[in-house]
This record gives sequence, C-alpha cells and structure tokens, in this order.
Amino acid sequence: MKSDRIRKTTPRRTVARKLAPEVPNDIPHVAVAAAPGIEPATYREMLRFMVLTRELEDRIERKLYRQGKIVGGVYVGRGQEAIGVASCIQTEPEDVILPSHRDMGAFLIRGMSPRRILAQYMGRVDGYTRGRDGNMHMGDLDRGVIPFVSMLGDNVPVAAGVGIAFRNRKKPHVVLCYFGDGATSRGDWHEGMNLACVQKAPIVFICNNNQYAYSTPLDFQMAVKNVAQRALAYGIPGEIVDGNDVLAVHEAVRRAIDRARSGFGPTLIECKTFRMTGHSAHDDAGYVPEVLFKEWELKDPISRYRQYLVEHGILRQDEIEAMQTDAVREIDGAVEWAEKSPYPEPEDCLNGVYSEK
Amino acid sequence: MLTKTQLHDLYYWLLLNRTLEDRIVSLRRAGEIPGAVQTSRGQEAVSVGTSYALEKDDIVAPLLRNTGSLLVRGFKPEEILAQYMGKGTSPTRGRDCALRMGDLKRGVVASSSSLGSLVPVVAGIALASRMRRLGIVALTYIGDGGSETSDFHEGLNLAAVQKVPMVLVLEENGWAFSTPVSAHAASTDFLARAHAYGVAGFEVDGNDVVEVYETTRRAAEHARNGGGPALIVAHTMRTGGDSGPHDAWFVPKEAVERWKSRDPLRVYEQYLDDGGLVAAEERSRIAEQVRAEVDAAAALAGSRLLPDGIQALGGVYHEI
Amino acid sequence: MSQTTYLEAIRQGIWEEMERDERVFILGEDVGRYGGAFKVSAGMLERFGPERVLDTPISESAIVGAAIGAAYMGLRPIAEMQFIDFISCAFDQITNFAAKSRYRWGAGVPIVIRGPSGGGVHGGPFHSQNPEMYFVHTPGLKVVSPSTAYDAKGLIKAAIRDEDPVIYLEHKFLYRRVKEELPAEDYIVPIGKAAIRRPGTGMTVLTYGAMVYLALEAAAELVKEGIDLEVIDLRSLLPLDKETVLESVKKNSKVFILHEDTRTGGIAGEISAVICEEVFEYLDGPVLRITAPDTPVPYSPPLEEFFLPKVSDVMNTARRLASY
Repeated sequence: MKSDRIRKTTPRRTVARKLAPEVPNDIPHVAVAAAPGIEPATYREMLRFMVLTRELEDRIERKLYRQGKIVGGVYVGRGQEAIGVASCIQTEPEDVILPSHRDMGAFLIRGMSPRRILAQYMGRVDGYTRGRDGNMHMGDLDRGVIPFVSMLGDNVPVAAGVGIAFRNRKKPHVVLCYFGDGATSRGDWHEGMNLACVQKAPIVFICNNNQYAYSTPLDFQMAVKNVAQRALAYGIPGEIVDGNDVLAVHEAVRRAIDRARSGFGPTLIECKTFRMTGHSAHDDAGYVPEVLFKEWELKDPISRYRQYLVEHGILRQDEIEAMQTDAVREIDGAVEWAEKSPYPEPEDCLNGVYSEK
Repeated sequence: MLTKTQLHDLYYWLLLNRTLEDRIVSLRRAGEIPGAVQTSRGQEAVSVGTSYALEKDDIVAPLLRNTGSLLVRGFKPEEILAQYMGKGTSPTRGRDCALRMGDLKRGVVASSSSLGSLVPVVAGIALASRMRRLGIVALTYIGDGGSETSDFHEGLNLAAVQKVPMVLVLEENGWAFSTPVSAHAASTDFLARAHAYGVAGFEVDGNDVVEVYETTRRAAEHARNGGGPALIVAHTMRTGGDSGPHDAWFVPKEAVERWKSRDPLRVYEQYLDDGGLVAAEERSRIAEQVRAEVDAAAALAGSRLLPDGIQALGGVYHEI
Repeated sequence: MSQTTYLEAIRQGIWEEMERDERVFILGEDVGRYGGAFKVSAGMLERFGPERVLDTPISESAIVGAAIGAAYMGLRPIAEMQFIDFISCAFDQITNFAAKSRYRWGAGVPIVIRGPSGGGVHGGPFHSQNPEMYFVHTPGLKVVSPSTAYDAKGLIKAAIRDEDPVIYLEHKFLYRRVKEELPAEDYIVPIGKAAIRRPGTGMTVLTYGAMVYLALEAAAELVKEGIDLEVIDLRSLLPLDKETVLESVKKNSKVFILHEDTRTGGIAGEISAVICEEVFEYLDGPVLRITAPDTPVPYSPPLEEFFLPKVSDVMNTARRLASY
C-alpha cells in the first residue's frame, strides 16, 4: 500500500510558473576562504559525512523508494548537506541535538548508523523505533539525538528545556536545534524561542531556509525576507550564512557554540539553501520554477567543497574519489544488513506505551 | 487637532472607566460579585485612546483590561456590572464573566481566556475586510505576557503575510501577573517585534491619551490603506494590582509610586489645563455626571435577577 | 455514467458550494498552488482566485483562529488541516474560542475544519490518528465522518451550510478506494442522521468511517453462518443519531460497536452507556466493542496491521454475541 503519488499534468505546471513569485535571492556571496581553527582531519571528515549523507539519501529516495522497499514517506535533505554536517561536527559527546528531517548528516555524525537508519525507513525491528515510527522520526538519547515530530516547531520548546536543564545543572554542554523556514511560523516555535532566550539557555538555533515549505514559498510564509530577522523579537543575534558553504556554516556555528557555552545564550543562524528535491519522494515539485533548480545546482555544497579542498591542496582528487567509493560500499553493506532485519512481531504494537518498571 | 467635543469625550470616557472600575472593586469587596475582578487601573488611556480613534464600522476585540474599549464602543456600565454580578440580563446571560462579552452589531468581539487567541481571530476579521473590500480595521489588544504566546505569533505572522488591516495594541505594563517583563520576555524591546514580523511599528506613552489617540489614528490609516498590520507598543503600568488593589505585593513600591504620579487621568488633566481646553469646573461637572451614571448603573444591575439554573441549557447550537 | 471517488466527491462538494455561495473560501497549507496535499482543492485556485483559496504559513492555530474571525464577518471558511493529526495544534481555538462562542455571547461560528484522518497507509503515529473524541467531548462542535462518496459530498455541503463549527473527518484510506455514481443535482446529507448500510434481523453493528467496509465484509461472511448483521453507519458522531441506533437495538436485541479509534474514551463507550440507560430491557447480551488498542498508531506494517481492527475481529465478536 503506497502513499498516493502525484502525477504531473501540464496545466498545473503552467499555472505554477505563472503564480510562483520570485524567490528572493539575497544570499551573501561569501568567498570561501580558509577558516581558522579547523583541523585537517575535520576538513576530511566533513566531506566524508556529506558524501555519505548524499549517498544514503540518494539510495533511499532514488532507488529503494522506487523499488517499493520503503514503507511510507521519504523526506531527504538533498542539496542541504552542509548545514547538518558543518554544525554537528563541532558537538561534543555530551551535547544534544534536535535535528529536522533535512539533517541526515547530523544523525550520522552523532553515531547513528546507516544500516539502522535504513532499517527504520523499511519498518524493520532493528530500526531506531523498532518499526513504531517511520522515516526521519528517530533518535537515540544515548547519542544525544532527540527525534522531532511532524508538528514542526514542536522541537523548539523541547530544546529550550534541554538547555535549561544543562544550565540548571551547571553543565558545559550545548544544544543544537534545527528547523526549516516553515516551522518558524508555528506558535510553538515562538514560545520555545522566547523561553530559551529569556532563560539564556545554551542553544544554537539552526534554520535551513530552503525557500519552500512543501509548495509554499517563503513570501507566503512570512512578511520578512529573512528568517534571521525573527531574531529581533528575542533579543539574540540573527545571522545569515550561505548554507551551501560548509566552511561558512562551520564558522558561524563555531561562534554560536562559543557564545552558548560561555553563558551568553542562543543565536539564530539562518542557512540559506535550496531544497533540491520535492517535499517528499512522491512530490515532483512542479510548482518550483525550473530555473531555480538549475541555479542552485551550480551551488551544490558537495561539489563546491570538493573543489575547494583540491584547490587548497587539502585533499587529492584520488582521495576524493576513494571517499565516494567507500560511501557507496558502506551504504551497499548497510542496505544488505537492513533488508535482512525482520519486521517486528505484530503483538509488539502493544508494548512500550508506558514505563514497564 | 482634537475638537472640543473630542477633548470632552476623552475625559468623560477616562473618568467613566476609572469610576466604574472603582465601583466594581468595591462591589466585589461587598460580596456582590462572585467571580474575580481584574481592573485596568492606570491603563485607561490605552483602552480609551485606541477605541475612540476607530471609525464607526471598525471592529474591536477587547481583552481583560479593556473596560474602556467596551464603554467607548457602546456597552453600558449597567451591562458590564450585570456581567460581573452574573445576572441573567448580562450580555452573556450570566454565562461568562469579567469583560468577556461582545456584540457584532456594536462591532465588538468577545475574547476567551486564552491570551493571544484573539490575534488570529482578529486577523481573520481583517482578512474578511480585505476580501470583501469593507474598508474596516480590526483592532485588538495583547499584554507583554500575552505576546509570548503561540497564537500571538501565528496571528501576527499570518496578518503580516496577508497584509490585512489589523491593528494590534501591545500594552506593555511591566508585569504578567507576578512575572516582570525582564523574566518573561527574551527581548524587552517590544517595538523591535514589528521588524521581526515585517509590520509597521509605533511606540507610544500609554498614559497619554492624546498620544494614544493620535497614534492609533495613524496606525489605523496605515492598515486601512493597504499598508498591512500595525503594531502599537503602548508603555503603561498596572497600578491596581493583578486582581485587586492590594494584589501587587511583588511589584516594587517605587515603581508603583512612580507610575501613580503619571496616572493617565492626571496626565490628561494637566494637558487640558496647560492648553486651557476643558476647565476644571467643566471637569467637575463631568465627574458628577459620571458618578450619577455609575450609581444608577449599580442600582439597576443590582436590581436585576440572577438567572434560573435551567437557563444554563440551550444556546449551544444554532436554533432555527 | 462515471464513478466519482470519495476524494473527488469532497472536491466537488466544496467546489459547488464555492460556486453557489461567494462567502465560502478555503484556507490552509498548500491548498492553492499545490491543490492540497491530497489534491482535494485541485484547480480551485485557478477558478476562484487567491483570495478564496488561501495558502497559509504553517500555523494551524492561526488558520482556525482566522477562520473564526472571518466567520464573524459573515464569511463561510473551510479550514484545512493537512493531516487531521495537526488539529491538535489548533485545539485551543477550536474548543475554547469556536465551540463556546454562541453559548457565551450569541455569535455563531459557521466554520468547517476538515482533513484526512485514519490509518492503513503506513503513515505512522502523526499521519494516521482519529482525533474525533477530543471534539465529540466539546459541546458546541459538530463532528462528522462520511464513509461513502455520496455521503462525503452531501456531508461537506451540509457542513459548509451549517451555522455551527463542524469538524469534518475524511478518511484517507477511502480517498481513492471508494467510488460510486453520484447524482447530478444538488443534495445534502443531514448532519445527525445515521444510515443503515445493510439491514439485518440478527444483531446490529454500529460503526463509521473506513470500518463500515470491514463490517460489510464480515456481514457477507456471517450470513453464511446464519447471523444476519445489520450494519449502521453513524456518519455523525456529534450529534449522534440516537433514534436510529436505539430502534435497531430494540429490533435486534444484540449490538456491538466497531471503530478504528483507540479503545479508552472512544465513542463505543459513550454509545454503550446510552444503550444501557435507554433500552437495557431490550438487550439479550452485553454491548461489545471492537476498537484499536490503547497505543499510538504504529508505522511498520505488521504493527499497524495488529493495531487496526480486522474482519476476523468482527466475525469473532459476532459469534460471541450470537452465543448469548
């Protein structure tokens, strides 16, 4: 039983072009420069995780889903990989993240495994929710990953609570809380932001502004041009960064983490990016002007970063190719493992509602 | 420039607001009012100045401290007292209390207790105004505390995106019950919120009724002419406590004293004296009139009957 | 004559009302340019324009709140919840603002809040819920749940024309699986009236939504065992058609209730109490219930299959009741 696929029809496409407003493109074109304080290993690790994320999500969306091997919906962060990776790579083991569905790289960096993620997508017992929930609705408290729910923005009050707990217990840990542009319209987002900020909780708020919430473009979502502007209401810094520039994201998050750890409270970092796929695997995104896909393809975060690494002699071309091969091999193995994981026992439906102590 | 009638009216409404609420407090003490009482003492200029600035067909949705708005828009003191007393003739037939009353014919929408919930509702009213080319403005209020609620955010954001003719008056009175602004608001710069939502922002001394009136006129015009919503931040102070004159033990005494010296009635009287606009004798006459009016209202409301128990039933659904 | 799907029937119903009454308009996420996540509003933006088909931010509470405000101004809004699960985000506006408005100050709120409910599509916990009882429990609201294409169209029209707030629960599993020929002329299905889908003289099952088909499937089997099952489709959960229900119980003396909603606090308990209070003397056996268990809706197929009531559940319950 598949969720319903949307078929393209020509009339709708034409209307979409007519009605789709011009997407504002005021992304700061920051020259990618060498960022201070990044260790050589980190440069490599960031590419590795971005490549692994891309390979894993491509496998899910473009292969497994089409082969009917995925249960339910698929939501990937194609084109947005720099955001989750460059931010989460800076977390310490005791830090906590509350990712969105577009931050697969962050899940991987925290140590969640591709094979269990695939098992999750396939509804198998070895998935992170034992088959009880699907796609990116997963987490692991031991690895400091708190799963989100479909009611976007709900994770912000929760993040506030985690941050307040850290502060109350005088822990030096930080919280990274992720959401998209659309989630910032929600009331829970507002209440969570205000609480986190008035309490000066040690949180970094990271928004992946990928310009669309399902079919809703930014100017139907808010009357301001930049999500960062919403920070004015909370008395915190609101930064805009090129979300497809892994080093720019890294730098902005580094400063925000320092602020948070030093007790100065949260920062809102708006990462300008673009959703290079539909809202979900069954959405052909016919409402997005084709020209935007072409424009953002040129700003692909992985291509840009590879080019940078080669130009600056940080990695060689053959090392980069090897990384790709490794990623493919790793995902191959993960798929094989996940496919062998059994489905849960039907009666397991009744377990885990309450504490069993 | 305000006309003589307008100057006179503003004084009348301010005094009526004050006198009526004083009476409500004493009736509560005397056991005539079963429920809680929350007055707008010290904030009257906001209610009166804003609602007086609206046009006849505009819509107002008052919140818990906007007695003055109800009065200006045509609710009689007797109706408000009957409501507090829970009488069967109250605007809600005894079914709701405090200021939660409304009448679409008088352009007043009733609030619920959930702070912030009026913001999306008023955004919807303004949306209808735009859709039907009614040319009316919809105005409502929110407190500093209420501005932290989810509905405030969703309502103002929706209003901003849709550019509807809504005016939102944020009464910053320093306290959300016992919580000072610094403890509940991440940013005490409320005017900056206007930029956060992409709407026009106005800041005003909430205890200066003339300034409030004039600012509301400008804000309403902006909204009415397609400029989108306007946020008016009115700084004021609640000198009557949260729910009673002695219920302010957590507010530093100096703050209360400072604001009492800026009492809106006193500020306006000074303004009238400075300009030789409405003389003291005239003002005394108005005071007499107001006192008599409130006395009569109290007597009338007091004489009304409580509803029969059975009147709790019915009116839940539309009856043909 | 062509067959109209359940989904298309809803779309037609809304479309016709929008043609008929210019006060009717839609607001919600992705309802305009996308035509709705499930395409219920496909083509409407082009036909009726962006003022009457409003794409909103992600703001369920403001969607409902704005609908209330617009209704005060004489409009007839239809607020869409992209998945009915998100209705929880608007809980306060619905239960405290809309539901109590007429009672408190005489101002009616003629809004419709609609969205796809129910499971069986691998939607997981947040895309498969049946939230009816939060709202059946709230005086001032009406709650309906059509199971056929005919009823889907008739009830959405009735809901739009109703003067009170109506929660209209579509079942997503039925969207494209259920179809029939619909009359060309305008018709409504009244709110508050149940429908007897299959008359029977042995015992009665009360049900609604997608479960109606489960009951009918079971009935076809049970008749071979000599159990003639009367299947009543409630259609309206609030107000409930007590008359039809009680008449059937008096006739058959045995009744069980079937719903996809979870057990505790599900409407089966409420109806059971009504039956006990009003027609106890007519009963020849207990009022039994078939419901989902008290868990969130799970995602993986074997778990979800376990969760949802099955034909065998209906068969076994009927046999058990027959033994009294």
